[in-house]
Amino acid sequence: MPIRCEIVSQDRLIFEGDADSVLLPGTEGEMGILPHHAPLLSTLSFGVIKVRYKNTEEIFTVAGGFVEVQPDIVTVLADRAENVRKIDVARAEAARLRAETYLTEGPPPDSDAYLRMEAALRRSRLRLDAVSRYRGGRRANMPSMVDDRD
Amino acid sequence: MANAREVLLRIRSVKNIAQVTRALQAVSASKVQKAMQAMYRTRPYATKAWQVLTHIAAQPGRGILHPLLVERKQVENTLIILISGDRGLAGAYNSNIVRFTLKNFSNYPHPVKYITIGRKGRDLMLRRGQEILAEFSNLPAAPEFADVSAIGRLAVDEFLAGNVDEVYLVYTDFVNMVRQIPTVKKLLPLEVESGEGRVEAFGASQAPGATYIYEPGQDELLDEVVPRFTALQVYQAVMESLASEHASRMVAMKNATENATELSAALQLEYNKVRQQTVTSEMLDIAGGAEALAQSS
Repeated sequence: MPIRCEIVSQDRLIFEGDADSVLLPGTEGEMGILPHHAPLLSTLSFGVIKVRYKNTEEIFTVAGGFVEVQPDIVTVLADRAENVRKIDVARAEAARLRAETYLTEGPPPDSDAYLRMEAALRRSRLRLDAVSRYRGGRRANMPSMVDDRD
Repeated sequence: MANAREVLLRIRSVKNIAQVTRALQAVSASKVQKAMQAMYRTRPYATKAWQVLTHIAAQPGRGILHPLLVERKQVENTLIILISGDRGLAGAYNSNIVRFTLKNFSNYPHPVKYITIGRKGRDLMLRRGQEILAEFSNLPAAPEFADVSAIGRLAVDEFLAGNVDEVYLVYTDFVNMVRQIPTVKKLLPLEVESGEGRVEAFGASQAPGATYIYEPGQDELLDEVVPRFTALQVYQAVMESLASEHASRMVAMKNATENATELSAALQLEYNKVRQQTVTSEMLDIAGGAEALAQSS
């Protein structure tokens, strides 16, 4: 019996569907959730969520949030989340560059803007990282997509 | 019958009104689209957050879990967060929500205090002599969570300080363009059997008795989750109300435009009649005059 998995971020519904297992980046370490898991409430750190169902695997990046597990449902309330397949590489790259340039220009640390940029940098690095790691297999079938980052 | 000049002036003023209401209608139409999109974007998260809260509250021994979940034995003071609009000309939107609130709470057994969001709600409540604890008006057109989180925090603080023993949220739920329903929702302390229609029951997991595993510790986690998700409900209610306000204004302006058009058509008809009558009577005068001249000569 599969477990239901729902991923929402603050600005939209990201994923809704069945899963055989869900892998999550908890703040206390990776967690694998299978059907009939005991109720659990945890915070999430930066990382990827893997939702496996039959022979498919959906991968999402997540930048903090919460997860609630019930025996038959996993609800992810992410601060930000994205399906790896839908990440806009060019945009993430641009965001990373922008953040890096800003940070090397040496603005006062501890200022709000500095911390925001640092977080933005972490997010864009996470996205790019996830893309290069998890889109790799698919890219072999799509030679038109150049630029391998590994 | 009025004279032609008067009728003409009235036609002109009615047409002017129609022009204004038509413009307002167009503005509201575009605003309602934006507000609706924003509301639908945040709705899934808010709904899920509310579900999580009700699950937490459904656990046995909830009273010791978190102070925000404790049901007070004796309710002495009630706080109501009332969401209305800053501006009028929105049909019955503002008066509906105020009337709804008063119907529910004016004969309440204990003192009721209000936090109002929106100028109209504040003014109407003050006129009815209600006690207002705080008021928030002139919210930005597209509020962010940060813009309203202070309101939720204020409610949470008042509750924790023991100044109030329960908190209700009154807002206008957006169903669709022509249907917006005044709604009251108990915010604090959390109610397990809260009749939140949108929370669909999903079988076994709804059964109480399941205790959570918390990572990291229970206290840290609940301290973060409960106040934040509570504030989020206020935010979502603001978004729903905003969409409702614009929709309501759009419909009101559409009706006003239609009425003005109708009225100007009726006035036009009257004007034509008056004019025709004047022409006829002048003709008669002239004909009569000519007849008289012809006879006398």
